[in-house]
Amino acid sequence: MKKSVFIGALTVAGLAAAAAPAATLDEVKARGTLNCGVSTGVPGFEAPNADGEWEGFDVDVCRAVAAAVLNDAKAVEFVPTTGKTRFTALASGEVDMLSRVTTWTFSRDVDLKFEFVGVNYYDGQGFMVPKELGVTSATELDGATVCIQTGTTTELNLADYFRVNNMSYEPVPIETQTEAQQQYLAGACDVYTTDSSALASVRSSFADTSAHVILPEIISKEPLGPLVRHGDNEWGDIVRWTLNALIAAEELGVTSANIGELSAAPTDNPEINRLLGTEGNLGEMMGLDAQWAVRAISAGGNFGESFERHIGENTPIGLARGLNAQWTAGGLMYSPPFR
Amino acid sequence: MTTLTDPPKDSFRLSMLLYDTRYRSMTIQVIALLGFSAFVWWLIGNTAQNLSDLGKEPSFRFLGEPAGYDINQRLIEYNSQSSHFRAAMVGVLNTLVIAFLGCILATVLGVAIGVLRLSKNWIVARIMTVYVEMFRNVPVLLWIVLAMAILIETLPAPNAFRGDTPSASMILNSVAITNRGIFMPAPSFTTELVSSSVAWWLVIGVFVASVLGVRYVRKSATATQNATGVRPTTWYLQLGILFVPMAILLLVLGLQWTSPELKGFNFKGGLHLRNSLIALWLALSFYTAAFIAENVRSGIMAIAKGQSEAAGALGLRPNRIMSLVVLPQALRVIIPPLISQYLNLTKNSSLAIAVGYMDITGTLMGISLNQTGRELETLLLGMLIYLTISLIISTVMNVYNSRMQLSER
Repeated sequence: MKKSVFIGALTVAGLAAAAAPAATLDEVKARGTLNCGVSTGVPGFEAPNADGEWEGFDVDVCRAVAAAVLNDAKAVEFVPTTGKTRFTALASGEVDMLSRVTTWTFSRDVDLKFEFVGVNYYDGQGFMVPKELGVTSATELDGATVCIQTGTTTELNLADYFRVNNMSYEPVPIETQTEAQQQYLAGACDVYTTDSSALASVRSSFADTSAHVILPEIISKEPLGPLVRHGDNEWGDIVRWTLNALIAAEELGVTSANIGELSAAPTDNPEINRLLGTEGNLGEMMGLDAQWAVRAISAGGNFGESFERHIGENTPIGLARGLNAQWTAGGLMYSPPFR
Repeated sequence: MTTLTDPPKDSFRLSMLLYDTRYRSMTIQVIALLGFSAFVWWLIGNTAQNLSDLGKEPSFRFLGEPAGYDINQRLIEYNSQSSHFRAAMVGVLNTLVIAFLGCILATVLGVAIGVLRLSKNWIVARIMTVYVEMFRNVPVLLWIVLAMAILIETLPAPNAFRGDTPSASMILNSVAITNRGIFMPAPSFTTELVSSSVAWWLVIGVFVASVLGVRYVRKSATATQNATGVRPTTWYLQLGILFVPMAILLLVLGLQWTSPELKGFNFKGGLHLRNSLIALWLALSFYTAAFIAENVRSGIMAIAKGQSEAAGALGLRPNRIMSLVVLPQALRVIIPPLISQYLNLTKNSSLAIAVGYMDITGTLMGISLNQTGRELETLLLGMLIYLTISLIISTVMNVYNSRMQLSER
């Protein structure tokens, strides 16, 4: 008798534990902080600064979402994740969103049941070699020893590239970026390959940057962007449109400097008005208030401001806008209309 | 008048399960067991339920899909188009290689250090003490990383072997020690008669047969000695059995040595012992040797002093006392903890990814996990594989242990 009660209680507990999770938006509001998964540190994209505060290009997206939802850009709990733990952290609900140089691929989107909400950096895999090797093209790399960060899409791209071009190579799998640097600089590998933005970031930390060249070949498409869990579309919409708001703000000329003025009263441009909530009720449709985008843009500036501050040409990372310029400037950044 | 009555016979009542001391302990155990099973059942059910809520039903189908990545050290045929299962097998073999090499070197070093630590020579004994304390008190991961860093930073890059006046040169024109590993000549067969794998099996078969032959010769020599008191001279026969058949076989197969040559970016041809293997092997062996040395020391100290004194009184020299009297007895104390050390070494080899050695943790539980997103499945498989390897090692060692035990009459 008692036994069956015990087992019954266990069953109830099991069912309760397995019940469907509440809507992420309500959870975040109830908690008062946004749990945002970042990487363990990629300078420029996400890294703790001297005061221990996370900052970077991806971090700004987290802060924008927190500002839009919670009215406080600082209300973000950053959870460092590695290439291995990132998807488990998101799927299990440990974090509400991931914003950490993660490539949007079919299987991650479909098979792993995630929702990539957009692209905040169009990257591609490149190669860096010491200048003294005299290599000018990736097609001359037959037989080379290649240092590669393990557990990333770069590993698969590399295998495909060498196989398709009928070349052989010796992969040296490496766990962290610092280790890769050590091996590469000691000549234990001829080539270091990863996303070309990261190559630029690594090269910027070398003593003699001019002794290393990044080869012209880009062997893969690496669209990096924030992602959320599959199934909670309302939450996905909030993160997607927060990112779009940052991109649209740059296109429309809304900056952190003039946003106070533009959002105070309706302007001549109806799109700006709808974005900033002085016209229409876009915020309400998402379950937020009218000022959501104003707060998101004020948090870290618009897309272009964030880019220039963290990874742009005037930073040690020194990346040009390239593909990541607005579509009006020949790039791929294109926000759907706010209407 | 007396009436004979049977002593009152208690019929079994349910309450006795609780109040009768004869049954109570059993009742408690059964309830505890049921509770524990229910808990485990609930854990499994809850995990499965949560996974399917996330849309990730456990499935091992990914094992048949192409892995898509390359592995540098592979003992079996593998390329990026092979399946995840194949990649896991490459990883298992790499784990076995490092466990095998590590256990051998750790035992050799450990026994030597353990014996030397008891040396009467003050300096030798102290040095060995320092060695043991240094290695066993620093986490093995740090030793692995340090070994790798030393190999990478101190040895010359292949580039240094280039040019008219190279800053580094090959040993005997055939062995190149670089910071990418050691390149050495590799044997191969020119014969057209059989395939190369068959040739290797032939070589191994002949070698085993020769060793068995030598053992037979020795046994019969001992038998003759026991019967007649004179041991026949058999060393030339033993040497002959060991070398002549092998030499003939190698001649027929056409053995040749391929030396590595600097071509393009790297040395090509020959055998390539990668840095990752060497660093992991040395670090694991040196670390485990420190523990084995202590086992050996405790084993030797467990042998009564009278044993060696008696052997000394018989006129045996110190090294003969050690090998004939002390060590055989000490082995009985040494072997059981030695098994644990072998298991530790095997499990510690899962730190291989720190230096990029592609063992089972690096392939199945590393890259395959990452590319397929199947954490639970890969980790369970990995645990099963480690469990199997460890159980095999401990079974073999336990058999050895039981053979070494004192057979009492």
